[in-house]
Amino acid sequence: MSEADQGFEPHIVAFICNWCTYAGADLAGTSRMQYQPNVRVIRIPCTGRMDPLFVLKAFERGADGVLISGCHPGDCHYGEGNYHARRKFAIFRKLLEFVGIDLARIQFSWISAAEGGKWVSVIEDFTNRVRALGPYRAYQEISL
Amino acid sequence: MARIGVFVCHCGENIASVVDCERVAKISASLPGVTYATDYKYMCSDPGQDLIKSAIAEHNLNGVVVAACSPHMHETTFRKAAQQAGLNPYLCEMANIREHCSWVHDDHEKATQKAIDLVRIMVEKVRRNHPLEPVRVSVTKRALVIGGGIAGIQAALDMANGGIEVVLVEKEPSIGGHMAQLSETFPTLDCSQCILTPKMVEVAQHPNIKLYTYSEVENVSGFVGNFKVTVRKKARSVNMELCNGCGLCTQKCPSRKIPNEFDRGLSNRSAIYIPFPQAIPNKPVIDRDHCIHFKTGKCGVCEKVCGTKAIDFDQQDELVNEEVGAIVVATGYDLYNISMDQPNDKLEGYGEYGYGKYPDVIDGLQFERLLSATGPTGGKILRPSDGKEPKNVVFISCVGSRHNAKGITYCSKICCTYIAKHGMLYKHKVPDGNAYVFYMDVRTSGKRFDEFWRRAVEEDGLVYLRGRVSKIYEQDGHLIVKGADTLSGVAVEVEADLVVLATAIVPQPNIEKLFQNLGISYDEYNFVTEAHPKLRPVESSTAGIFLAGACHSPKDIPESVAQASAAASKALILLSKPELEREPLVAKVNEATCIGCFYCLRACPAKAITEKEIKNRAGEVLRKVSEVNPSVCTGCGTCVSVCFSNSIDLEGFTDEQIYAEINSVIERMSVIQQ
Amino acid sequence: MRFAYYPGCSLHSTAVEFDISTRAVAPLLGIELVEIPNWVCCGASPTHQRDSILSYALAVANFNKAELVNEQIGVQCASCYNNLRRALFELHHSDEIKKKVEKVAGLDFGNNVQVFHLLDVFRNQIGLEAIKEKVTHPLKGLNVAAYYGCLLTRPPEAVAFDDPEWPTSMDDILQTCGATMVDWPYKTECCGASLALSRTDVVQKLSHDILKMAKTHGADCIAVACPLCHSNLDLRQKSIEKKFAENLELPIFYYTQLMGLAFGLSGKELGLDKLIVNPWKLLEEKGIGSKKS
Repeated sequence: MSEADQGFEPHIVAFICNWCTYAGADLAGTSRMQYQPNVRVIRIPCTGRMDPLFVLKAFERGADGVLISGCHPGDCHYGEGNYHARRKFAIFRKLLEFVGIDLARIQFSWISAAEGGKWVSVIEDFTNRVRALGPYRAYQEISL
Repeated sequence: MARIGVFVCHCGENIASVVDCERVAKISASLPGVTYATDYKYMCSDPGQDLIKSAIAEHNLNGVVVAACSPHMHETTFRKAAQQAGLNPYLCEMANIREHCSWVHDDHEKATQKAIDLVRIMVEKVRRNHPLEPVRVSVTKRALVIGGGIAGIQAALDMANGGIEVVLVEKEPSIGGHMAQLSETFPTLDCSQCILTPKMVEVAQHPNIKLYTYSEVENVSGFVGNFKVTVRKKARSVNMELCNGCGLCTQKCPSRKIPNEFDRGLSNRSAIYIPFPQAIPNKPVIDRDHCIHFKTGKCGVCEKVCGTKAIDFDQQDELVNEEVGAIVVATGYDLYNISMDQPNDKLEGYGEYGYGKYPDVIDGLQFERLLSATGPTGGKILRPSDGKEPKNVVFISCVGSRHNAKGITYCSKICCTYIAKHGMLYKHKVPDGNAYVFYMDVRTSGKRFDEFWRRAVEEDGLVYLRGRVSKIYEQDGHLIVKGADTLSGVAVEVEADLVVLATAIVPQPNIEKLFQNLGISYDEYNFVTEAHPKLRPVESSTAGIFLAGACHSPKDIPESVAQASAAASKALILLSKPELEREPLVAKVNEATCIGCFYCLRACPAKAITEKEIKNRAGEVLRKVSEVNPSVCTGCGTCVSVCFSNSIDLEGFTDEQIYAEINSVIERMSVIQQ
Repeated sequence: MRFAYYPGCSLHSTAVEFDISTRAVAPLLGIELVEIPNWVCCGASPTHQRDSILSYALAVANFNKAELVNEQIGVQCASCYNNLRRALFELHHSDEIKKKVEKVAGLDFGNNVQVFHLLDVFRNQIGLEAIKEKVTHPLKGLNVAAYYGCLLTRPPEAVAFDDPEWPTSMDDILQTCGATMVDWPYKTECCGASLALSRTDVVQKLSHDILKMAKTHGADCIAVACPLCHSNLDLRQKSIEKKFAENLELPIFYYTQLMGLAFGLSGKELGLDKLIVNPWKLLEEKGIGSKKS
């Protein structure tokens, strides 16, 4: 990280499903747990709704890290939306790696409605990781 | 032209103590598309809602963003308010600046900045919202109850008495559940079976109840108001029409050494058996795993002695389909297995207590069977190993419960009161015996429960020792119970003749498979999660599915019955409507661009998509496109993300809306400055 | 498999036979033990009672030395194991403690160090299958009571690799070596530990109860994984017999000595001559082992 990036606060975009992770994040709030304020949540009904292009769009618009989180396998509110997401991202990650996107800036996780604590630890770990990586200038420069 | 109103809620101090709500409103007012912005102490209060309504009228708003709590909390409230002011409710959205912001951050400046961002994101979304009309669907006026314990029985009876046809499914050969195993119930010490069996009979005879025993729910599809359920009727090997329940077969069956589940292994039963004398239906079933005929092809004694020719060795499992509008889940509980074999690696056993090794270390339900007049000892307190009357009995509370190291942190709730009951009933039957109780805390909360355990101590002389038991071992024909009395600060050893462990209440084994099938959420212990811990305690996370009894958390009988009646009334409310309104957040197809690849059809978890033929005037099929049935679509959006031609979109979460949100996550200016 | 080996003071002195047998058995199972150069005291019983930060600082000093050899540290002494694991636990769970400790030690704590008791390594990393393959002289007819003591599994959140109240790893291993394991209740009772110095009477009573319980449950001998347990049960057995006027005569083995016998090693190679209660009467009776190779 360069001198100029000291004090850098990452922008993190989180795409989270309405039923499990959103409710888990609500539970973290109800339980008054504390985490870093860098994340901006975009609520989607299910990780099955997740279009891989959303991730690229987020990077293009200045995100330094992208988090996608849904229900645990087997627990999808719609039955199998998260399985579609899992398969899609297995392939998408390879593609991203191939074109040179830094995979450390993308986090995929399963957080249930009962896991407020897990939401907090995922956010904390990911925020710290992305902060250490610094701004994603490599991507922002080509897209801006 | 967007004319959006932004309403920032203080939620008393809950938001305003961290987020500068006034500033959020002020900055929101300058956002593109925003005509009006204000903040207020309680937006969800009547004056708060009135404020929104009058602003809609006064400023001719065509979109509303309420920055307040989670949409799971108050989205419906504010959409209704918008509707009352003449705005389509789907033009109103919430920015969650409480659960996702003020409650989880303490840095005022950063939290305020985040709140502003969250509002901006939502404004960009609402600018692209469309007015939507609810989807109307018909309602099947029948209900399914899963589980025939006291909770399931109560729910079924209440709904049946309310005029609804009820399908009751029980996996065991008889209804009755664990309550049928109990001797007497706290705090009144009335006989459990005496109050339960009339209800069981009522279920059997009720014209509105269709009872499937020895049956399991195999599959559930559909949605609120229109569930399709497949029930597996397990082969009973007995023709229920022909059998008159005389029981001769059960007496003549030569295979008699099978541990009786109803007595929790304290007695034996035959391979063809009626689980207990008051069983409903009172007709036998063949346990094929232990039946000589099924193992060797020989025997057939039951067939020979049966006067009505009811034995049917060739009977097969049968799948029946039922359609219902509402479901009550009442699958109940099991007891934590304290032998070393555990159902999953999250749990650890209690090897140091020797359960499974010493026959005189038993669990609470086994002790219930020893107390019960219909039990293996006819109600006499005789210990399993040698049939002698135990003179020193030790009861241990919290075995498995409240014990993080063993895998369960919660309190099983009913044990403290039933231990007092056990000790009391033991002393009534063995007046010269001694009853010791090792406890962590006595938690007998409930109406007249505290008085009850005091009575156990003061009148019946139970000795309570506050401390844990470290180990139990056999010495000279006694069980040595080593524990601590932390109040007097000494180590205690009791020479016991019988030890009763109050083992933790856990959900039924493998029950999560049913919950997954139903699409309802459950916690890390496999207890069903309620829709809201305070305000929606009998509803599951899925519309139309309600919960009753110990499948939700450890409960005593009165609580299970109360919850069952509450679940029944919720189901009756649902089924009383002529038709249901569903959220119109469903997928729609652009037929002009659809290329008919049908990836969406294959991906759809709800099977809501079909092929539609586009014909010319001559009736010739020109091409095929996808079509969404809005009453079946559940709105997950999986179809949208697999569509090659951008021809399918999800109302409420359209591509346009989500991209607008992404675009606005980070203020363009700040990025450029970087 | 390579471990930075932390013997601790006991294994270099009173429990030298534990060290000898460990070094004899480990290579047979493909474990390379490299003793940490210039290791320092773990703090033993007194330090953490006086000042927990000092105790953790000693651990950090050892971790730093260990890292030069390997990030996986193998320990045999239950007390060293307990001290190092608890330090690790606290350092991982509290930044405040970590900062204080680093200041006191004048060293950084690298997060990658792992501490294993070798019993855990044998049972869960090497596995029973691999142990079984090495057994050439099964401990046939030997009735062994496995005694774990208090430090090996408790407090469970920091140290346990096994059930804290009802551990079974030693039983599993020795059973694989052909011994008959005694089902007895005092696996994790307290032997009296370091009260041996200040209140010998207490230790005599507690250790007596353990020996007696093993004997009543049919044990011919006891297997241990802790030097202090060993000295209380072995060294003091004579005085206990005298005090309680009982004939106990229970040889106390380190579990590695029994493993070594099953692997065909001689008494000399396993340091059996260092035991106070002479094991040879029992071993000869059962036809197990030889004094010299």
